Amino acid sequence: MRPLARKLLALFVVAKAVRTPPPERERIVAAGEPARHELLIAGLLVLTAAAAAVSVVGYGLGWSLQAYGGALAAALALGAVALVLAAEHLVVTEELEEPYPPEENPEASGDVAAIVRESGSRITRKRLLGGAAGLAGTALGAALVAPAVSLGPVFDTSRLQDSPWRRGTGLVDEQGEPLSADDIDQGPFYTAFPEGGDMKSIAAPLVLVKLDPARISVRPGWAPEGIVAYSKICTHAGCAVALYRNPLFDPTEPGPALVCPCHYSTFDPAAGAKVLFGPAGRPLPQLPLAIAGDRTLRAAGPLSGPPGPAWWGVRSA
Amino acid sequence: VRLEDPVAFVDRRTSSAPFLKKALRYAFPDHWSFLLGEVALYAFVVLIATGVYLALFFEPSLSETVYRGSYAPLRGATMSDAYRSAVDLSFSVKAGLLMRQTHHWAADVFVAAIVVHVLRVFFTGAYRRPRELTYLVGLLMLFLALLEGYLGYSMVDDLLSGMGLAIGYAVALSLPFVGGNLALLIWGAPYPGDDAFESRMFIGHVFLFPAILATLMGIHLALVALRHHTQFRGPRATERTLVGVPMFPGQAPRSLGLMAATAAVLFGLGALVQINPIWLWGPYETWLGTNGAQPDWYLGWLIGGLRLVPGFDVTIAGRTVIPNPFWGGALFPLIVLGVLMAWPWLERRLTRDGRSHNLLDRPRDAPLRTGFGLGFLTWVVLVFFAGSSDRLFVWLGLDYVTQIWFWRFAVWVIPVLVGVVTARTCRGLRQVEAVEAERAAARLS
Repeated sequence: MRPLARKLLALFVVAKAVRTPPPERERIVAAGEPARHELLIAGLLVLTAAAAAVSVVGYGLGWSLQAYGGALAAALALGAVALVLAAEHLVVTEELEEPYPPEENPEASGDVAAIVRESGSRITRKRLLGGAAGLAGTALGAALVAPAVSLGPVFDTSRLQDSPWRRGTGLVDEQGEPLSADDIDQGPFYTAFPEGGDMKSIAAPLVLVKLDPARISVRPGWAPEGIVAYSKICTHAGCAVALYRNPLFDPTEPGPALVCPCHYSTFDPAAGAKVLFGPAGRPLPQLPLAIAGDRTLRAAGPLSGPPGPAWWGVRSA
Repeated sequence: VRLEDPVAFVDRRTSSAPFLKKALRYAFPDHWSFLLGEVALYAFVVLIATGVYLALFFEPSLSETVYRGSYAPLRGATMSDAYRSAVDLSFSVKAGLLMRQTHHWAADVFVAAIVVHVLRVFFTGAYRRPRELTYLVGLLMLFLALLEGYLGYSMVDDLLSGMGLAIGYAVALSLPFVGGNLALLIWGAPYPGDDAFESRMFIGHVFLFPAILATLMGIHLALVALRHHTQFRGPRATERTLVGVPMFPGQAPRSLGLMAATAAVLFGLGALVQINPIWLWGPYETWLGTNGAQPDWYLGWLIGGLRLVPGFDVTIAGRTVIPNPFWGGALFPLIVLGVLMAWPWLERRLTRDGRSHNLLDRPRDAPLRTGFGLGFLTWVVLVFFAGSSDRLFVWLGLDYVTQIWFWRFAVWVIPVLVGVVTARTCRGLRQVEAVEAERAAARLS
């Protein structure tokens, strides 16, 4: 019995030693009052878990976006309330006073400068070496950046003026079917493309409208039977000129006009697409039209100017 | 488990216990307006989380495909894989639409929170020495956030994307000397550009810009911590002594609560309030456009700038020198950024106050700053309103052309009036305070 009792006693002593808390130390965080609203906050956390679970179940069951997404948002909101309440009532609330860091550290700053200066004290040809290092750095930088030129034809801005429109190019619709003069009625507007050309090119799309030939004041020869064709890309900022303001009541409404929906540049189709209002700085380029023997529409020449928005050095008309 | 053990484990390997102790007791001055930057930070966290999810489904490719998905009105339409995958992830991926809408809302809130944060910093003079760098980095982030958001909705390749990109291309083209070259470099070919342009937008939006933003955010926060927060004057809060709640335990649950609240609002909006319904816009082609298309709110001031400039290109001898979009689309935002960046030094020169400041001003304490700031803000806000003049026409029936002519003058006159009246009001308020203080002193004696 005695050895067993001794062993038990030893075990007790060891356990006691392990359990003994470390010696008391001064508190860093103020003790404060006992916490409040513990049950409320615990309840909110349980509700958070419940809402999150509902969201997962709803996602799994294929509930509507509003239902399971709303449950997720509710879970986050409940969690937020729990956390804010915890900050106010659960944890120690205290205010610290702390000195701002010094405005400057002159001694250390001086040391830093001295370290740099003294490190180079053996160098006698500072300018020469500095210049050479600068040269090496610049050239290396240029060599590393040079491959970026492959991104695009950066030195060849002439490509911006590419146009598929030449004398004789046929006009087709969005499906690629040739456009006939008989397809064009007065009232709506039509979009046309070059036959066999890249439809997506900024120079390709045209906007066609038919006007009373007597009203056409600029280049009437380019508008057979009153059909005028302009580049559909606004000369201001490159949007498609997709609005046609055709009056229903002549005396009170303004005359027909092509309008860009981005910044409302307004062009007069009867006057060579002259700018009536808005920020565009030049008219839409016009395409001279001709009607072939089979009544299909063809270009009688190239566009009157570079299509689309302008850039430094481009022809301005 | 004794708490000492894991802490000791970390300290033995990093020797970081002294730093951790300091970090836990870092003091945050207690004012609601200091949480605006945190809202931006947490919106960014939501953006990263939802953005990673979206990137797992989005296919950044302009290859053409015929839509055969679940949204009937678009069936049979030819479109790019980019647009098709964005529509598919909205309709066919469970939670896809929630993530997309939350992401879009988060972007709008992110920029809004930064703007309000900048206003707070500006009108309290928090940007003054020694915190000019923090302010400059913040402004840089604001403008990068605008670009990042623009790239995000541009790469979806719906009709709204395309109209925005066409304008971006025109603004790039309009830069003096280098516009044509720069646009070709970025787009790879004349508009709509090389097919690789889609990949360029994608890598920019999901990697390059977020990485730069995150880096700048780290620098911004480090700069704040190194110099500590500014604070409003108080009985114990002085230029030399900071009074605040410690990071732990006071600030941590509060800030986490703000994170959860921000996420709750963003996911709530994403779940309940439709935003950018791309399936309604349809696919973009160069020749298509629609009326009433509105970009995200943070681009409204640029739309206004582009719309207000009268119709002229600067030309010399039949050659365009400065195309019109340069003024409203490039110069205007650069002036706004430049003036905001230069302001701390401009103010220092005007007020001859080059001292270090840890205490904030109330707006009335600095009539020059408050007057100038409110006038400048009015200028930008009025241009923003001019950008919605087509909406005002639809909602209120105000004639569009008349409105534009009104705004063309109003944006110059009203800001000056606002600035002068504000500065005078500030001076008046201070005089009233001075008189009251005198009376109180007289009563005491």
